[in-house]
Amino acid sequence: MGSTNVSRRDLIRRTAAAGLFAVPAVGALTSCASGGGDDDKVAKGKKTAKNPLAVNEKAKLEFYVFNGGFGIGYAKHAKQAYEKQFPKASVALKATEKIQSTLQPRFNGGTPPDLIDNSGAEQMDMGVLVGKKQLTDLTPLMNAPSYDDPKKKVKDTLRPGVLEMGRFNGDPVWVMYYAYTVYGVWYSQTQLDKLDAEYPKTWDDMLALCAKAKKKGIAGWTYAGKHPYYIPFSLYPFFAKIGGREVLDAIDNLEPDAWKHPAVKAGLEAYYELYKKGYILKGTPGLDHIQSQTAWNEGKALFIPNGSWVENESKKTTPKNFEMRVAAPSGLDSSDKMPFGTLWASGGEPYIVPAKAKNPEGGMEQLRIMLGKESSANFIKQVSSLTSFDGATEGLDLPPGLDSAVKALDKAGKNIVNPRIQDWYVELQKEKIGVSCFGEMMAGRITPAETIKRAQKFTDEARKDDSITHYKH
Amino acid sequence: MQHGKYRFIIGFLIIPVAIYAMFVIWPFVQSIFYSFTNWTGLSPDFKMVGFANFAKLLDDDVFWKSLTHSLVFLLVLPLVTISLALFFAFMINVGGRHRRGAAVTGVRGSGFYKIVYFFPQVLSISIVALLFQFGYNPNSGALNAALDGVGLGALKSDWLGDPDLALWCVMAVLVWCTVGFFVVLFSAGMASIPKDFYEAALLDGANRITTFFRITLPLLWDTVQSGWVYMGILALGPESFAVVQIMTVGPSGGGPDYSTTVLPLYVYVKAFRDGQAAYATTIGVALLVVALAFSAIVLRLGRRERLEF
Repeated sequence: MGSTNVSRRDLIRRTAAAGLFAVPAVGALTSCASGGGDDDKVAKGKKTAKNPLAVNEKAKLEFYVFNGGFGIGYAKHAKQAYEKQFPKASVALKATEKIQSTLQPRFNGGTPPDLIDNSGAEQMDMGVLVGKKQLTDLTPLMNAPSYDDPKKKVKDTLRPGVLEMGRFNGDPVWVMYYAYTVYGVWYSQTQLDKLDAEYPKTWDDMLALCAKAKKKGIAGWTYAGKHPYYIPFSLYPFFAKIGGREVLDAIDNLEPDAWKHPAVKAGLEAYYELYKKGYILKGTPGLDHIQSQTAWNEGKALFIPNGSWVENESKKTTPKNFEMRVAAPSGLDSSDKMPFGTLWASGGEPYIVPAKAKNPEGGMEQLRIMLGKESSANFIKQVSSLTSFDGATEGLDLPPGLDSAVKALDKAGKNIVNPRIQDWYVELQKEKIGVSCFGEMMAGRITPAETIKRAQKFTDEARKDDSITHYKH
Repeated sequence: MQHGKYRFIIGFLIIPVAIYAMFVIWPFVQSIFYSFTNWTGLSPDFKMVGFANFAKLLDDDVFWKSLTHSLVFLLVLPLVTISLALFFAFMINVGGRHRRGAAVTGVRGSGFYKIVYFFPQVLSISIVALLFQFGYNPNSGALNAALDGVGLGALKSDWLGDPDLALWCVMAVLVWCTVGFFVVLFSAGMASIPKDFYEAALLDGANRITTFFRITLPLLWDTVQSGWVYMGILALGPESFAVVQIMTVGPSGGGPDYSTTVLPLYVYVKAFRDGQAAYATTIGVALLVVALAFSAIVLRLGRRERLEF
């Protein structure tokens, strides 16, 4: 080839350089670009006592379930119940682990399905969906008669806090949390028995027990070091127990002095003491949730902050005689504002009915069926977790962890706290406060004082950032 | 035969170029457009906001951290990987002791090494990342156990859980799984260098180091340069995203305390977790600028006279 024009080598070389253009991930983003979308809904059916939401009896229902820790067995069961009730209707039940990748284009295109379990790592941001008017108000469902008892409304059959969690601003209910999670300090009764100990009710007792365990070569605590936002599962209710609910409300409201509250300081210092005295399992900051749970199952550490899904998730590594238990956080001392038993419990598995769904009544009716006693009992049996329906546990043979969770709920009574920062400000809670504050402190890299300063700084930034939708208690 | 040459070339290129324009160039144009909007990615409505996203970018600590880490990737990864690969390839092909009958050979067992180095290339990056995640496990991982085993227990560490080490741990994985490819690539390049060059050099009394820098490297320069571009793609692209996302601390990786976050990860997190697709495209535009600057520099540095042989 001549030396003046494009030679083969040059061509290849330039192509290679041009290939760099193809690098960034931007291209992938716009592939889900915006589109129009038609808004034709199915006709409503006839409202009767058996069909209070006036569901069209022949209309199809498209139901997307998140195929995660709870599997899809319970959804199949619910689908059958729906089809039994409306024999002419059919439910297209679809399962995916990737909620966002699957459904985001359909929201953008204006053709979302009728019911979505918006859960998992690829959860769509609920605040944005609400802000952009993409969801159906579920108030008709809340005011409909409940599935088993027509005299009671659905909203009166729910566990505490579930209805409020579905609200963002004002009265409309945008989200129905189906699972009910109990957070707290998880332990093995067998292990405590071996140490001849009971679950410590005060922090002094906690430290004493950890010291005792340390002598036997057992660590006091471990946690999901790679997901340090598990730490708040026991730390937040601890704050509330020391200083009252207002402490958590101030954090949720992103108040300018939320983290400067003495209860926050006391709580953080107590946890930091676990690190300083060497009561945290060595290497914990490098463990993920499964690895830390496994270490805990193997008896390397006594306590782990976690949620009630842990029993199902760690089934394979849990020894038979483990006797899993959950307890509310130990108190600090006798000046605590809330009694021992103060517990974090809240809804999980957020179900939404999109605003542009073709059959929104069907979506709500499916939820109404799921919130019935039979479906709830089935869920509890299949995945050993509670549902938002208050009850359905009677007569069931519950596994030890879930059984202790039910007892913990009973003991807590009204003293259930529900920090909303977790669903209102995901980035702030999980990444900024979770990883960069608590994670760093528990690894001993920053002091409680620095933690407070950082957390307050992140909170202030979030309050001032107008690209984030803000909420108030 | 100059007449009609370009028409001939275009005739062949029209379909690939059209596809490239539609699936690469057009999305770029679109994303630059979206970077001036407030599109959430979760609903079809948005409005223009001018340079607001770019102003936010300048103030965003996490963005600057991601940018720094991506630049470190861009500098360190090609340098380390290509140096290592050149060394291995040289040892395999040329660096062996003189044996009778052949002036230049590889070290003993070089055929075997060539295959072994290529192994990681067969595994998908996500599997590699997962395997290394187990290896880095401070409690039961191979790395700490090995340190214990050889009596270096004092060097045990939290690896991915330690902000000072995490980024290096991640880079080590990328080096491990790409070095083999370049060993094979450079071996092929070295094989095409005529043996008499080496023989002449050896007769003149050159040692191995001199032959490497005076003969092998200059004649291999084109291949090295392509390798450099390819490593750049890898450092800014999906591979760096994958290892960081899978291996590191945090809800979507990048931790502890943002010590491992990289630009592609930050794009993903903003678009698909925080519902800020427009801001994500803004970060993407920044990534594009970095990529363009990198390719410009590589092409400029690489402009040398080529030896024909």
